[in-house]
Amino acid sequence: MIATDFKHTHSAHCESGVMASLLRHYGLNLSEPMIFGLSSALTFAYLPFVKIGGMPLVAYRTLPKSIIKNIQKNLKIKMKLENFSNKEKGENRLNELLDEGKVVGAQSSVYWLPYFPPEMRFHFNAHNLVIFAKEADNYLISDPVFEHSVECDRASLSKARFAKGLMAPKGLLYYPTDVPTDIDIKPAIIKSIKKTAKSMLNTPVPISGLKAMKSLAKSILKLESKDTRYAKLYLGHIVRMQEEIGTGGAGFRYIYASFLQESSLLFENDETLIEASKMMLEVGDKWREFALMIAKSIRSKKEIDFKAISKMLLFICDEESKVYKKMLEFNGNK
Amino acid sequence: MDINSVPQDDSSTYANNKKAIYAKSENGEIKVVGSTGWNVEETVTKQALEDLEHSAHTAYCEVKKGIKSPLYYYMYKERMDLQLLHETTSFFKWTIRRDFRPEIFKKISNKRLSVYADALGKTIEELQVLEDIDYDCN
Repeated sequence: MIATDFKHTHSAHCESGVMASLLRHYGLNLSEPMIFGLSSALTFAYLPFVKIGGMPLVAYRTLPKSIIKNIQKNLKIKMKLENFSNKEKGENRLNELLDEGKVVGAQSSVYWLPYFPPEMRFHFNAHNLVIFAKEADNYLISDPVFEHSVECDRASLSKARFAKGLMAPKGLLYYPTDVPTDIDIKPAIIKSIKKTAKSMLNTPVPISGLKAMKSLAKSILKLESKDTRYAKLYLGHIVRMQEEIGTGGAGFRYIYASFLQESSLLFENDETLIEASKMMLEVGDKWREFALMIAKSIRSKKEIDFKAISKMLLFICDEESKVYKKMLEFNGNK
Repeated sequence: MDINSVPQDDSSTYANNKKAIYAKSENGEIKVVGSTGWNVEETVTKQALEDLEHSAHTAYCEVKKGIKSPLYYYMYKERMDLQLLHETTSFFKWTIRRDFRPEIFKKISNKRLSVYADALGKTIEELQVLEDIDYDCN
């Protein structure tokens, strides 16, 4: 049996896109923003002591795999996650699952996937995709960040699935085994909105939430005494994490605004959620302005105005805090 | 952001692909729109790509001048650095640094070479010879 009835959907983000596609195929139709919101995946993190390519870790979403795990937990869906010790075992199991007619999610490196254009190939091990069929020595893949489904040869897919290093995928395959059809997602929405708002407002350590934004703003000021080339790469890195890695624009803020809007409909046009969605959309626009400001500084021969960039980030931080406070006003009661 | 404001800048860094961006449509619904690129994002992606290219170019010339072994160049060519090569091979950084010395690299065991080759997606033969690229090394 071949799962030819699988439908590819163009998504903003790999992990939320894969989960939305997989669940739809297995009978539960939720949008990508709904998946993203229900897994409380929105965050801001800044870990100056973790270096990736010589740059500090800056993230606009929670840890890789957290979407898979939280959706599983919050919607009480049973999933199977399988890792493998070597390529051969990983390939055999994948073929077995496809022969059973299953459609499976997989974690991979981006760098070793041949269908990625060279402009997008960086060493990142937490990419996610859907494998839905095998034809001869090629796999048919629904990679959510591409417009159409793609193909990949066996050797390349294995190399990507078993890439080593930070966040190594270890051949991870995952698929739902039991999807309840009568899920009431409302309680999960209430819970996940509270969780996101609280984690952004009240993180005790300055590495995540709004506090992390403030400490990044401080670090931006300190760039003034650093080498200009490094400073420009550092600022560019922040924008890349915000826009380049499939965030749906503005570091997932737009996708989250969409989730809040969709949720408002489920709660009979809840005013608080409508307002929060509008505010989050506007915050997204501010993030894009911040990115524009940085791009201009990178292109310009003039002195960089670090103070202005840092100030803009602090302003966004204040604006975001208003959104999270608004979200806390929502309790699902009419 | 409104749907009409979603940038369609045909960025070279998108390589003719479209990315899904969420934006507000005419009726107020926030949904996915395909974007052909945004010049702001293109600036920062190109900046990162040029930085990688610059590292590879510099490394190439050091190998050509006999200061470093081919391994050093291929590490940068495959968009890695010492940290990433260490994570990928599980070799200690100081031992990798030793292998950057041409005289040490010449005596390297095949077993160790094959770990490097696998990490960098090369054959053992490819890894031992500096490829011929028209780089200006003066």
